[in-house]
Amino acid sequence: MAATITIEPKMHKQPTAVDEKRETILQTEDLSIYYGDNQAVKHANLDIEKHAITALIGPSGCGKSTFLRSINRMNDLIPVSWNEGKIMYEGVDILSKNINTIALRKEIGMVFQKPNPFPKSVYNNITHALRFYGNRKKKQLDEIVEESLRKAALWDEIKDRLHDSALSLSGGQQQRLCIARTLAMEPNVLLLDEPSSALDPISNAKIEELILQLKEDYSIVIVTHNMQQASRISDKTAFFLNGSVIEYGETEKIFTNPDQEKTEDYISGRFG
Amino acid sequence: MNSKVADRIATGVFVTIAFIIVAILAALFSFILFRGVPQISWEFLTTPSSSVQAGGGIRDQLFNSFYILFITMLITVPLGVCGGIYMAEYAKPGKVTNFIRSCIEMLASLPSIVVGMFGLLVFVNTTGWGYTIIGGALALTIFNIPVMVRVSEDAIRSVPAEMKEASLALGITHWHTIKTVLIPSAFPGILTGSILASGRVFGEAAALLFTAGLSTPRLDYLDLNPFSETSPLNIFRPAETLAVHIWAVNTNGIMPDIREIANGSSAVLVLSVLIFNLLARWLGSVVHKKITASK
Repeated sequence: MAATITIEPKMHKQPTAVDEKRETILQTEDLSIYYGDNQAVKHANLDIEKHAITALIGPSGCGKSTFLRSINRMNDLIPVSWNEGKIMYEGVDILSKNINTIALRKEIGMVFQKPNPFPKSVYNNITHALRFYGNRKKKQLDEIVEESLRKAALWDEIKDRLHDSALSLSGGQQQRLCIARTLAMEPNVLLLDEPSSALDPISNAKIEELILQLKEDYSIVIVTHNMQQASRISDKTAFFLNGSVIEYGETEKIFTNPDQEKTEDYISGRFG
Repeated sequence: MNSKVADRIATGVFVTIAFIIVAILAALFSFILFRGVPQISWEFLTTPSSSVQAGGGIRDQLFNSFYILFITMLITVPLGVCGGIYMAEYAKPGKVTNFIRSCIEMLASLPSIVVGMFGLLVFVNTTGWGYTIIGGALALTIFNIPVMVRVSEDAIRSVPAEMKEASLALGITHWHTIKTVLIPSAFPGILTGSILASGRVFGEAAALLFTAGLSTPRLDYLDLNPFSETSPLNIFRPAETLAVHIWAVNTNGIMPDIREIANGSSAVLVLSVLIFNLLARWLGSVVHKKITASK
């Protein structure tokens, strides 16, 4: 784990209710993200807390996934995307040109909406990235595979099927395998892009339980369309609308007594 | 006419067309095999050809066909796959890429005789090698690279984008992702492309007439030194392939058993392609199962 750097509290342009006593791990400063001429995220200022779960909610196309994908530079894969502003992580602006995105993505892991295991064995799915980083000792790899699968609450279910194809697992198991694969890299931050929206309710419950457990060791940012999910598991919630952060604060407050009318409308299901 | 009748007519038309295609193929196949298989004997396969007397075999031609195929694929597959990777993963959409794509398509539509003339000019005369296996293989490479690039590009593009994202999001480089995720996933497609290209190589005559030549030196199959003049492995010797042999025997053969030789050779050619395809597919599925851990 990398050392943490406490950042001085910053002035915010938007009315955000940030509890400044808690440690932050990521700060976005006036972050705008564009696809060509289209501005997908507008001047976002968010402080993401350490060892907490931050939920990003909002209607489809509000920019929350774009925001999430910018944190580990996955937007770089989209040729027309560009950005303004900063994302500070451990005192470094990770949007700057000379950032090593490979090393960054190792520290800030990401799990996608659709389970996307590699068409390889369960074992090789986890060791794929470890081998790339030069870890080739069988014994050590075995240990990491077991440890990651245990962390992802998957070990007991599939310990006898490590050398079967990952595609033979159920959707929920595949998604937990994807989480295990990311955990094996020992990231500091976990970005989850609607991780359980493609799954059945039981798998969904398992993933939620898992996310709550992971909070102990990781800082988690989760995009979700499921309002109940956000209120059940998150500590902080940010409400996005048309690319802007409308409101950001303690989840309890956002869901019971939001400051903004739009937030209340969205949460009570009046639009979106 | 109501839509139900139209639907029935459409079904009928397509079934008929499919039937015609299968019938033509079956007729062609059985004709070649019926005429050719009786000519095939162990002796036919293991004796060198004779240009005057009856009873010549096709030993050297058969070996040459497989050897040229091997050398060609050795050059074509890596180049073609690399080209495909470039087109699918590195080429930025724009004028340059479109220009490259047009060039590839143009190259793909070149008549093989033109490729043969180009080979004569470059690989035979300019290099001063004369008729050689390597010259023939290079001409065939020119002939096959466009197909190989195209097929590899399509195979790599058809790998779901999520696979690539998954790998990159784990902090893995683009190149390592290509190597360990994209290429293994694209493997079945690339294999099919290679098999198609191999079929073209095996049956190609026009491009080889002026590059690999119409003759084969006396070969000693125990001589495995690739630099020796009589070694079959020497890539700087002329080599008549089976397809070229069929053409040559039919056009200017003076032996009394032209018909028999041509028929037998055709059957061997068809069967070789068939066996080669089956073997390649079987090997490919074994490899694919091993990478994907599927059963």
